[in-house]
Amino acid sequence: MAEPPVRRRPRLGVFKFASCDGCQLTLLDCEDELLPLAAEIEIAHFVEASSDVQPGPYDLSLVEGSVSTPEHLERIRRIRAESRRLVTIGACATAGGVQALRNFADVAEFRATVYAKPDYIETLATSTPISAHVPVDFELRGCPIDRGQLIEVITAFLADRRPDIPDHSVCFACKRRGTTCLPVAHGIPCLGPVTHAGCGALCPAYGRGCYGCFGPSGSANMPAMIPLLRSDGMSDEDVLRFLHTFNVAKFAAIEPEREDP
Amino acid sequence: MPSATAPPDAGSTACVLDPEGIGALVRELRARGRTVIGPTERDGAIVLAELESADELPYGWGVELEGGYYRIKRRTDAAAFAHSAGPQSWKNFLHPERVRQWTADRAPDGGMTVRAERPEPTSFAFLGVRPCDLRAIQIQDRVMTGGRHRDDAYEERRTGAFLIVVECTEPGATCFCVSMGTGPAAQPGYDLALTEVVDGTGHRFLARAGTEEGADILAGLPRRPADDLTRTRAREDVEAAAGRMGRTMPEVDLRALLAGTLEAERWNDVAARCLTCGNCTMACPTCFCTTTEDVTDLTGDHAERWRRWESCYDLDFTHLPGGSVRSSGRSRYRQWLTHKLGTWWDQFDSSGCVGCGRCIVWCPVAIDITEEAHALHQESLDRQAGPKDETP
Ligand code: SF4
Ligand code: SF4
Ligand code: SF4
Repeated sequence: MAEPPVRRRPRLGVFKFASCDGCQLTLLDCEDELLPLAAEIEIAHFVEASSDVQPGPYDLSLVEGSVSTPEHLERIRRIRAESRRLVTIGACATAGGVQALRNFADVAEFRATVYAKPDYIETLATSTPISAHVPVDFELRGCPIDRGQLIEVITAFLADRRPDIPDHSVCFACKRRGTTCLPVAHGIPCLGPVTHAGCGALCPAYGRGCYGCFGPSGSANMPAMIPLLRSDGMSDEDVLRFLHTFNVAKFAAIEPEREDP
Repeated sequence: MPSATAPPDAGSTACVLDPEGIGALVRELRARGRTVIGPTERDGAIVLAELESADELPYGWGVELEGGYYRIKRRTDAAAFAHSAGPQSWKNFLHPERVRQWTADRAPDGGMTVRAERPEPTSFAFLGVRPCDLRAIQIQDRVMTGGRHRDDAYEERRTGAFLIVVECTEPGATCFCVSMGTGPAAQPGYDLALTEVVDGTGHRFLARAGTEEGADILAGLPRRPADDLTRTRAREDVEAAAGRMGRTMPEVDLRALLAGTLEAERWNDVAARCLTCGNCTMACPTCFCTTTEDVTDLTGDHAERWRRWESCYDLDFTHLPGGSVRSSGRSRYRQWLTHKLGTWWDQFDSSGCVGCGRCIVWCPVAIDITEEAHALHQESLDRQAGPKDETP
């Protein structure tokens, strides 16, 4: 697409849906890159950083959070219409987040238990990723997202190239950084073999099994994974709890059928 | 780089080093400006890392191996090399996981400057190369420097590397170097070869040189002439190791076996178990595949090209417009096994497997290359035997 002869900085919008703000904070956390970024891109809408909120259109919109209320449904369509590229960031926006646990329960009951005046709460029965409602140009995974990957997505956008965000397993990163495998050498349960890389295999490097915060990899063989977790000491219930966290909806969608008693 | 010719009269140059002699060896190598890499115990595994002194060797540690299982355990003796292949291999140093190849800068006037990355001069000494791993290094030499497209940076690292092979006396339950013809005795290609002997007479190493530099270094160490007892014990221990392989390959032409079983049922069976996690390829000392990574900065005025390890288990490995050519786990596992045992011959005139057993140990779900090869062999025998148990 032809750029105007006078170089105009692309306009960035950052938007929040149902989320904890942690992924947006990752952007503010890019200390070394923030000034050069501001030179290359006009931060037009980023409520967490500035109260100077500019109307659209936006060249790049980063959307955090899941679609959780009727109001969200309308708002995400508006943001999509105002955005040239729309990138969703984090487990909430790409998978529905931990709040998607309610997709597997009775939301009216939750509402009645949690809130003093349940009538004031307007909510959808499910928490869903942005891509369930509007076309999304790229999904950046993680809970929270990785700073380096966020910068990669933005620089790739500026250079008009495909971001280099592999969707292989966390194990690739373990082997590359030289971490000794936890299940093999210590019998510690780890979701790394079915989890999307991106964190640099952070948890295994500290002796903690991967808990799947980037969601399933591009090639997750769940029926092969579950027996491994079981042999590392997890009960069926433990396995479900392990999988049903930030990316519950994504893992639940590929879990093998349970042979329940 | 030592040539693959027979070592100069190994018998006559043999001598015996005490553990103090190994300490002196590490000091001498470091004094010559070499970065000494060797086994050491870290986080419950015997890893390869830089050694500042021989005290960091895993004296008294052994390992217990099985498919998907690795535990270090205390030995009753103080042997330093009584363990088999760990989580890394020497390729982590000769063929590092991520290497910058060039950088490009755009000047304000639009002019471009591209600078090829000059390989850092390195001078490794690898202490404790197992015979199977020596073969793995030679296989990677063929891949990286034996063809039309040479990898200069690899060659630089490799040419500067001093290799100290330690023969195997304590094979693991996942080892099958005998089937692959790579061990447990040292074969040519080393600078120094050691055999560790621990018995009532003491803890010592039978040492011999394979190159001039090896002989030169040996000459400067506290040592004594090789006695008959040590020679005999060293030979017997290595022979006994050959008889204690935990795994075997079927005794058939593996290349023909793999070429003839491309549509075997067994591929479905293994694909159901395979996580496609890529651990086997990353742990394998001969797997060499890489991908290209182009990095730009925010201004777009600076770009870098990097090369990083890639695996045939990655969907991106065969990504073409329209998706991955090998989208099923079946096709990706089959690619791995047929390449290791079969098509490697067509490409590089050797097997791509040296029998180190790493892919068996470090596969989280214990998929076993030897078991798969046996199963493919059995299936092809059954098929040849005729349609007696064929279901309509
Ligand atoms: S520790 Fe976990 S993520 Fe790392 S290699 Fe092992 S299974 Fe994979
Ligand atoms: S295929 Fe397995 S046993 Fe063979 S060299 Fe590679 S890691 Fe070792
Ligand atoms: S064979 Fe094992 S290590 Fe290799 S990709 Fe499959 S599950 Fe992972």
